[in-house]
Amino acid sequence: MAGAHIQVRDLTMAYGDFVIQHDLNFDVNQRDIFIIMGGSGCGKSTLLRHLVGLKTPAKGSVTIDEVDVWAVGPDERDAVLRRTGMLFQSGALWSAMTLAENIALPLKRYTRLSAVEIRDLAAFKLALVGLAGFEDYYPSEISGGMKKRAGLARAIALDPEILFFDEPSAGLDPISAKLLDDLILELRDSLGATVVVVTHELASIFAIGNNSVFLDAESRTMIARGNPTELLKHCEDSRVQRFLRRGEIDA
Amino acid sequence: MLEFIPVESGRLILRCSASWTRDDPRPSLRVALDELHSFSADDVVAIDASGLTCWDSTFVVFLRDLDKAMRAENRALDCSALPDGIRRLLALANETENAGVARRNTRPGILTRLGERVLAFWSAATDMLRFVGEVLLSVVSVLAGRNPMRWRELAFQFSSSGPSALPIVSLISVLIGLVLAFVGAVQLRHFGAEIYIADLVALGMSREMGAMMTAIIVAGRTGAAFAAELGSMQANEEIDAIRTFGIDPMSFLVAPRVLALSLAMPLLTLYSDLLGMIGGMLVSCGMMGLSVSEYYHQSLQAVGLVDFGVGLLKGSIFGVLIALAGCMRGMQSGRNSAAVGKATTSAVVTSIVAIVVADSILTVLYDALGW
Ligand SMILES: Nc1ncnc2c1ncn2[C@@H]1O[C@H](COP(=O)(O)OP(=O)(O)OP(=O)(O)O)[C@@H](O)[C@H]1O
Ligand SMILES: [Mg+2]
Repeated sequence: MAGAHIQVRDLTMAYGDFVIQHDLNFDVNQRDIFIIMGGSGCGKSTLLRHLVGLKTPAKGSVTIDEVDVWAVGPDERDAVLRRTGMLFQSGALWSAMTLAENIALPLKRYTRLSAVEIRDLAAFKLALVGLAGFEDYYPSEISGGMKKRAGLARAIALDPEILFFDEPSAGLDPISAKLLDDLILELRDSLGATVVVVTHELASIFAIGNNSVFLDAESRTMIARGNPTELLKHCEDSRVQRFLRRGEIDA
Repeated sequence: MLEFIPVESGRLILRCSASWTRDDPRPSLRVALDELHSFSADDVVAIDASGLTCWDSTFVVFLRDLDKAMRAENRALDCSALPDGIRRLLALANETENAGVARRNTRPGILTRLGERVLAFWSAATDMLRFVGEVLLSVVSVLAGRNPMRWRELAFQFSSSGPSALPIVSLISVLIGLVLAFVGAVQLRHFGAEIYIADLVALGMSREMGAMMTAIIVAGRTGAAFAAELGSMQANEEIDAIRTFGIDPMSFLVAPRVLALSLAMPLLTLYSDLLGMIGGMLVSCGMMGLSVSEYYHQSLQAVGLVDFGVGLLKGSIFGVLIALAGCMRGMQSGRNSAAVGKATTSAVVTSIVAIVVADSILTVLYDALGW
């Protein structure tokens, strides 16, 4: 397929008059694992909300599969966005539904599968994230890490082409975080999806990321982009170096 | 899209072709198994998906179910020729087979359900009593200074349940006064006794309708708000967070609300009484030709302090009942969004039932006491 999977051009994000980030320009290629990095409060979650169509840009455009998400009508936008899946920072599972029902809801809505097929599919998605047998549990009855994984299972319910993750490994122990990273890689390889991840975890950034953008809170714009490992080796900006080396700048 | 091709003895190829996604017509597992049964049970089935143009999870689920069904029949499925992605998905899904303790949602028999209902009713009743007791203790402990009084919270709750309710209480009370006056006027006009409309409205509002209507408004406004607020705090584990600091949520959250509403309700009741009388005056003076001063003096004559006291007592009791019902349903709420909605509904229903029952009991009691 020609062109990048997601193109962001001159994107300016603001809450009212308060500009969070301005003039963002970057491309996410097919099958990338694209990392959005930056300090806390710099606008990573906000950027994700713009990419998944929850918030309108103050200026600029977001193009997914050659469709300018904010220039087309709402129906066309929904059709594009249906091919994406999002895992929220806090899971955002629907608390009044069981895990299986959480996954079944988009399937019921957008496919003509029978109830049995939907149940099978939901069980399969839960098995993929290591939650086989938890179909009839409510979100309040499982642990925080399990909620993350259940949220992931819901995000992949419709076999999306693009997956967005907001801090998938926050609040997980190192081993679970590693397993989740492996799972993301595995899903990328088997589903052939493009993945966009917001994360602070340096270990994950280097383990899974092959492309990235670095947002800076002070200058309110991006100051670096590219493969994180390359950035660590070659980027000269001290802010990026401090971030990638946990504040320890070597002489 | 699906055909079994015997290649050599002991080996079958299951060829999948064309597109296999959730929007395509797909062969069912039953059909595939039925067809398979026409071959020898010892045959190894190898899957060939090279003809597949397009696939999604439904294909993987099909393979997984097929594999399970065949394994149950001691048949072997050879997946080695599948595309890499599908094989990895299958491996990933099978890796964690049954990590969870599967639940069975069985529906119990009618006797079991009946028994559970009775037990639930009993435990609801004891919970209610316990809650009332706990609230009483917490209010006493706050008033006695054993737990700090949250003056700000009290003031905030008072202002949002009292003064903020004035517009709606005004509207409803004036209208109720109008209605009472109209109903009375139709009868009293026959006897040329229009002046007694004043008595009717004054007595009706002060003894009964003022407290009753205010209580119903407050139940829908404040009682529901208490339940919704405490319920969502319960759902977000905010109440647990309060407990971890060794703070008693009863005296921290419930006591200020109960106190605030107990203070606000009598005042609102009094206000409603007066506005109801003004409503009655509008009808009498505007349509029945009474003068304002006539109406005023007649009203003064008709009601005594006792009548207002009787209404005030009712209003205060209703206020306590509403606060208790709202806080109780909120504190008992489950930890999900639907439970919060249910808590709110049930707070309003409980309040209104409690109000009407209490009103009946009080009316009989007043009669016996001769008030
Ligand atoms: N609804 C909102 N209204 C106004 N400002 C907001 C809103 N949501 C976020 N902000 C502001 O936008 C900025 C970026 O927030 P955002 O949640 O995107 O940060 P983040 O980079 O995801 O941080 P973290 O890593 O801590 O999750 C913050 O300064 C925040 O105060
Ligand atoms: Mg964030």
